[in-house]
Amino acid sequence: MYAQAVLTALLAWPCVGAVALLVAPERWAKHLALAASLVEFAISVPLWWVFQPAAGMQFQLDVPWIPDWGIHYSVGVDGISLFMVLLTTFLVPLSVLGSYRYITTHQRAFYALLLVLTSGMVGVFVSLDLFLFYVMWEVMLIPMYFIIGVWGGENRLYAAIKFFIYTFLGSLLMLVAILALVYLVAQRTGLYSFSYGHVIANIGRLGPLAFWLFGAFFLAFAIKVPMFPFHTWLPDAHVEAPTAGSVLLAGILLKMGTYGFLRFAVPFFPQVALHPAVRTGIIALALIGILYGGLVAMVQPDFKKLIAYSSVSHLGFVMLGIWALTLQSVQGALMVMINHGLSTGALFFLVGMLYERRHTRLIEAFGGLAKVVPLFAAILTLVSLSSIGLPATNGFVGEFLVLVGSFRTHPVAATIATTGVIVAAMYLLPALQRVIYNPLDKPENQGLADLSPRELAVLLPLVACIVWIGVYPTPFLRRMEPSAQRFIESVRPAPGATAAVAR
Amino acid sequence: MNVDLSALDLSRSGDLLVALAPELLLTLAALVVLLVVAWRHRTPQDLRRAGWVTLAGLGVAALATWFLWWNVARASGIAAMIAVDDFRFVADWLFLGTAALTVLVSFRYLEREELWAPEYYVLLLFATLGMTLMAGAEDLMVLFLGLELMSVSVYVLAGINRRSAPAAEAALKYFLLGAFASGFLLYGIALVYGATATTNFTLIGVQVATLGLQHDTMLLLGLGLLLVGFGFKVAAVPFHMWAPDVYDGSPTPVTGYMATAVKAAAFAALFRLLGEAFGAVPAWREIVWWLAVATMVVGNLIALAQRSFKRMLAYSSIAHAGYLLVAVAAGTAAGSAAFVFYLVAYTLMTVAAFALLAAKGTGGERDVAIDDLAGLAQRRPWLAFALAVCMLSLLGFPGTAGFIGKWYILVAAVAAGQGLLAAILVLASVISAGYYLPVIMAMYMKPEPGEQAHAGMQLGPLGNAVVAVSVAGLLFFGVRPNRLLEIARTSGASVRVAPAVSSSAPPAARDASGR
Repeated sequence: MYAQAVLTALLAWPCVGAVALLVAPERWAKHLALAASLVEFAISVPLWWVFQPAAGMQFQLDVPWIPDWGIHYSVGVDGISLFMVLLTTFLVPLSVLGSYRYITTHQRAFYALLLVLTSGMVGVFVSLDLFLFYVMWEVMLIPMYFIIGVWGGENRLYAAIKFFIYTFLGSLLMLVAILALVYLVAQRTGLYSFSYGHVIANIGRLGPLAFWLFGAFFLAFAIKVPMFPFHTWLPDAHVEAPTAGSVLLAGILLKMGTYGFLRFAVPFFPQVALHPAVRTGIIALALIGILYGGLVAMVQPDFKKLIAYSSVSHLGFVMLGIWALTLQSVQGALMVMINHGLSTGALFFLVGMLYERRHTRLIEAFGGLAKVVPLFAAILTLVSLSSIGLPATNGFVGEFLVLVGSFRTHPVAATIATTGVIVAAMYLLPALQRVIYNPLDKPENQGLADLSPRELAVLLPLVACIVWIGVYPTPFLRRMEPSAQRFIESVRPAPGATAAVAR
Repeated sequence: MNVDLSALDLSRSGDLLVALAPELLLTLAALVVLLVVAWRHRTPQDLRRAGWVTLAGLGVAALATWFLWWNVARASGIAAMIAVDDFRFVADWLFLGTAALTVLVSFRYLEREELWAPEYYVLLLFATLGMTLMAGAEDLMVLFLGLELMSVSVYVLAGINRRSAPAAEAALKYFLLGAFASGFLLYGIALVYGATATTNFTLIGVQVATLGLQHDTMLLLGLGLLLVGFGFKVAAVPFHMWAPDVYDGSPTPVTGYMATAVKAAAFAALFRLLGEAFGAVPAWREIVWWLAVATMVVGNLIALAQRSFKRMLAYSSIAHAGYLLVAVAAGTAAGSAAFVFYLVAYTLMTVAAFALLAAKGTGGERDVAIDDLAGLAQRRPWLAFALAVCMLSLLGFPGTAGFIGKWYILVAAVAAGQGLLAAILVLASVISAGYYLPVIMAMYMKPEPGEQAHAGMQLGPLGNAVVAVSVAGLLFFGVRPNRLLEIARTSGASVRVAPAVSSSAPPAARDASGR
């Protein structure tokens, strides 16, 4: 019962919550939203234990939706999507709690949109039907567009429309590719179906067309990741978005791009994705992303923009891990996806808390904060170190696995990527020093209040996870290993299997 | 009530009357309204009475159409002048429904603008009658009659506000260019007749196939002129120049009517003509392909530059004509079904958008800039929500009928081997985000310019109902399109495509099927 209903419940419950919010009084809005998102999290927690690592797709439910077109409402998770779903349900209550003071206008609408966004995000990760996936992929655009556009900073309209149009462009081309793919599979099998399982089982060899189809998927996901050079929407969107928006944007939405590669683009078109030229090109872009993101982050005067560019760098590691295609590197990529959500989410929360106190995010406006807000300083230090990848924090586990794994197939690329870790220290440590250690020379900083219990409640779960994964990542790795293995096998079929897949 | 209508012999007057019942009832309704308003046309009450009688007439015609539809009326043998098939019934319902929505929006609009002209409703009925004839036409002459009946009525409707200079300009422009287009159409008809010695669609198709006229110069010339004439009517680029000015100057409910029903009627007729008469002629596919590309690209790009809400909608309706042309260019059963579905979705969203614009504008809607909607969400949340849904649906966003329609067109285009056309369609849609989103932005993300900025925005109960029904329809069909898809499929398939169509499929598709 739980196994069949849980994913649907996760999709439906936030929408129920959103409707309840809209009819309830404005002053209850944030509390209701918190309650709804906590319930959502509670629904999802048993997944951790019920999940069978070896069993592949689980918790499946399949109901015809538009039978004329072979469209089903079909959901399920495996070891790749499980963590994304849990990360989503984990981050949303924190985002709600983190917005308690920041959001003062139109609270009902804000929290309702946040809940709808939750549905959309979960939907992207659990969809096993290409139509459903596309709908979810687009549907979560609208809440984020409004969250940036209504509650954002000065330049929010520009950032919102840029975010929308970039994503929309990529996803519409992906739509055409989905249609063409389903049509080609239908020609071969006689069954017109958008089911993920059906498509992947019968995709076979597509010939030269595969290149274009892969290109369309690649564009959609690369914009979302974002890969260099498709990243230009990201700094604008992050800087203008309110804290909760930034946290979910970095924590979840960017992962949809890498998830898309893992689930769709690479398994559908392995012969293109692993074509030496394409593979080298994408790894090169990933490396450029790692270094370029880090170097640009280094010169940012705005703390939030610094973190935004650091995302480009971190996601470069994920891309490298996926394309290196060893078990360690793929597991490492999955770990970086989780870690980046936790660490960068925490950083965005921390910067948001600074902003709520001082209404500026310029690094130079601070200094010596460790003396006035020791708790804040301690957490910021820990989180920054985890983002750099210090051993015994989560950041180390992921990036180390990516580097070890990719060294086996791409030693040069792994070597270059390693310098990315140094670059991370070069942009985050000076910023950390200038914010919390230098002399306390600004009078307006002397009266700052330290973290309130509410803010601690937002940060401590994140800190706990950062340490947990850093010290004992085995439960995570064990759950994702079979799925990562399956991903690699699906992409690189054994010599005997090639003929079977080809026809 | 079940009657056997499955073999109507249209050469017998009794059967012909049955087959034409909706049109005859509509004529009767128009004459009744004409008589009523001839005696009573001075007070607002008279105006309203005329409106209600009109609605009743539309309802009766819709019932008659439903009766034929329900009993699966079909003509036996080759239909003489009028087609009796599901495509006609669905198209008729669409026209009647649009006309009814337009009447409901017009009640308040006419009073507010002090247009004491009850002939408005008579003209609306005659225009609708012309449309139903166009959708049912099996013969070039009937097609032309329907087209002229519709066009002449709409010319007058465009200029019904005699006090407004822009309306006069719009009416004159529309009339001159429309007359021009009719001329092209007539030349085309003459040449086609010259080549095939018949004006009946099906017989033209037979003649083309048996005499091997696929590459006959006279026939192709005639076909080209027909396409030019229809290009004017549906405002396809490069024959679109009249549309923005005419849409802009006409009274807003009339503009909504023109952008939906008039366009839909021209499309329905074009669709049937190309399928039944010229299915075996490969030439038009390429022409329509280029028309579709030009219309989508140009319509969207120019719409991007508009500041006025009404002009933006005018150009956007040009762009949507381009999307519909993609479905026509696909030329398959899926294409015809996509075509019907998109027409319904497009009509719903456009009618609602124009109704909301009509409520917003006081005096001259020409002046409603997109930025004038700033802050509407705070003052009038439901109206803003409705308009936002319309914009998202026009954009083709999932969860709305506009998305399902666009999806269907893409499915049809991809299945017909027109992948490039599909890619151009989605790129054009991305451009359209650049002008639909600013409307949402203005409403939700910009502050209200003044306290009383939206004070005059009143739809009235009837207008509210129109918008509510349209928006509910958009959302419902966006999530649960199954029934409408089925109707679209059966009705689209009921247009008989001329024989030998398979040999005219594009080379790529032929290779695939031959293998």
